[in-house]
Amino acid sequence: MTITLPSISLLPYLPEIVLLITALLVLVIDTFAGEKRWLVWLALLGTIVAGVTTWSLSLGPTLYLQDMLAADPYALFIDMVVLIITAISLLLAYDWLNSHAHQQGEYVALLLFSAVGMMTMGAATNVITIFVALEILSLSLYVLTGFARERLTSGEAALKYFLLGAFASAFFLYGVALLYGATGHFDLVGIGKNMAGTGLMAAAGVALLLVGFSFKVALAPFHMWTPDVYQGAPTSVTAFMSVGAKAAGFAAFLRFFHVALAGSYATWGPALAALAVLTMTWGNLAALNQESVKRMLAYSSIAHAGYALVGLAAGNALGMSGLLFYLLAYAFMNLGAFGVIIMLEKKGSGDLSMSALRGTAREHPLLAATMAVFMFSLAGVPPLAGFFGKFYVFGAAVKANMTWLAIVGIINSAISAYYYLRVSVLMYMVEPDENTTDVATNNRPVLAFALLVALVFVIGIGLWPGIWMQMAQQAAALLG
Amino acid sequence: MELVLFIVFGLLALIGAFGVLISQKPVHSALFLLLNFVMLGFLYLVLGAQFLAASQLIVYAGAIVVLFLFVIMLIGSDTVGDFVAKGRTLSRYLSIILGVLFLAGVGYAVGARAFPPAAGAPDFGTTEAAGKVLFTQFLVPFELVSILLLVAMIGAIVLAHGVWPAPSRRPRE
Repeated sequence: MTITLPSISLLPYLPEIVLLITALLVLVIDTFAGEKRWLVWLALLGTIVAGVTTWSLSLGPTLYLQDMLAADPYALFIDMVVLIITAISLLLAYDWLNSHAHQQGEYVALLLFSAVGMMTMGAATNVITIFVALEILSLSLYVLTGFARERLTSGEAALKYFLLGAFASAFFLYGVALLYGATGHFDLVGIGKNMAGTGLMAAAGVALLLVGFSFKVALAPFHMWTPDVYQGAPTSVTAFMSVGAKAAGFAAFLRFFHVALAGSYATWGPALAALAVLTMTWGNLAALNQESVKRMLAYSSIAHAGYALVGLAAGNALGMSGLLFYLLAYAFMNLGAFGVIIMLEKKGSGDLSMSALRGTAREHPLLAATMAVFMFSLAGVPPLAGFFGKFYVFGAAVKANMTWLAIVGIINSAISAYYYLRVSVLMYMVEPDENTTDVATNNRPVLAFALLVALVFVIGIGLWPGIWMQMAQQAAALLG
Repeated sequence: MELVLFIVFGLLALIGAFGVLISQKPVHSALFLLLNFVMLGFLYLVLGAQFLAASQLIVYAGAIVVLFLFVIMLIGSDTVGDFVAKGRTLSRYLSIILGVLFLAGVGYAVGARAFPPAAGAPDFGTTEAAGKVLFTQFLVPFELVSILLLVAMIGAIVLAHGVWPAPSRRPRE
């Protein structure tokens, strides 16, 4: 038998390869480095190099490596979002890692591997590649969730996330199998071409894939794991997975629906709209009276997944670019909010209660102001990044003749304002409680720098949304 | 002939699957699982997927079930005696009903499709053909799986390690 070896062009995959090499270097250096703090900086350097590489790749709608991956502007956009998230997450983890020096190398390496999985998901044009990338991302996150070995809740969260996540992966894989059985293809374009007349079998496959995706981006009713996992995981990990897994999940989600199922929008559009309504409402109502700030933000992240899904359900060009814009804006504001929690939480507790926030503005005015900006942005107050994210996705819904969906979204934003503003009210307008004034904030320049970066972007995206929207439009243009 | 083999192996696989669920002892569950895995391997063989059948037997029936049994023996099968979940009857019955509905739905969806006769190549399912596809068409996922395995390895080492002693802060220079 003669085998013709495939042509291998690795150039478009260079950003991921840079990250992979960095991760392996971190693991090797970790074994003999005395001072582990440098590992974070090494990883940051690798992330920046990968970012420069991504920036310098200017490729058209090309497929490479046996059509398994795409190097289109869409993939590059997701690459950039993931790299920014990774860089900020590394800075957020810096102080926590100094008190967990033994695990530093593994933490940093797993974070980078997870980022590779996310970037690959954004580029994957084949359900098999999507699945393997999804597993790389998920497996790294399961382990990272359990990293706070001194707290039982962390282990509980990791186990819960792992068991439910494995279940969701099984659903996803079953969906892939049914879809292959119905269409005879694994690649998205091939599935799209052979979709006609496949009937119920392909529909069942798509439904199962939808369950898998919904779990990963935490859409109701597949969100049950979210609060426990977000609360139990080390806060720096929560920050990373809340935005990273969502960005990657939605990236593959959007590409799948717009490339493979472009012809059957009439069927899946209303279904996704219903899912979006359920997710927004459930997330917001559950977030209303949470006593833990991390849990509150967990439910808030479910609600935000619902808003982002509105862009997907709209099914038009504005919806796609709006969703991409949303992912970018959400990354900065949520990373920032979790960064403030890291700053305020007591050492070793891994959580922050609402009552601990009381009157913190008096002692930490700058920090309170920063938190207020992130909360306003999450609530969607103009002119911050979060407002324009919602503006674009709701606008897309109106354009797609789903005005009712936009109205539900706006009502939900109003509900969400209650619990976001409650944080600011507690910080500014309530007397500090005698028992809870010992929130830990010592001088932490690295963390402060990460917060500053997030803050600048949240305000910058809000003031000049046009630049970012243009990038998102270019990225989405090739899919539609 | 093929149909007879399919029915026999399929029935035994189902018996194995039910055995896993209703056995009171973990060891019995693991052995029923072995039966299920072996029968699935035979089913693959009937379908002409020799490579898949062999790897099913080696990886699942061989390695994984042995690992299960090993862990059960290590923990001591008596200590995990209370293996069947008690209580929560409502959610249990609800999940049974939903499960049956799901099975019926997917079964109908698959059954409703009239399959064209499988036009596989004559060497379909051989080790040679599977290897060829793996190293050409599916090269990328194949390579990505190596990252996945590396992540799994690191994860196992991190999680299996005991809690580290309280960190001694290095004096910053």
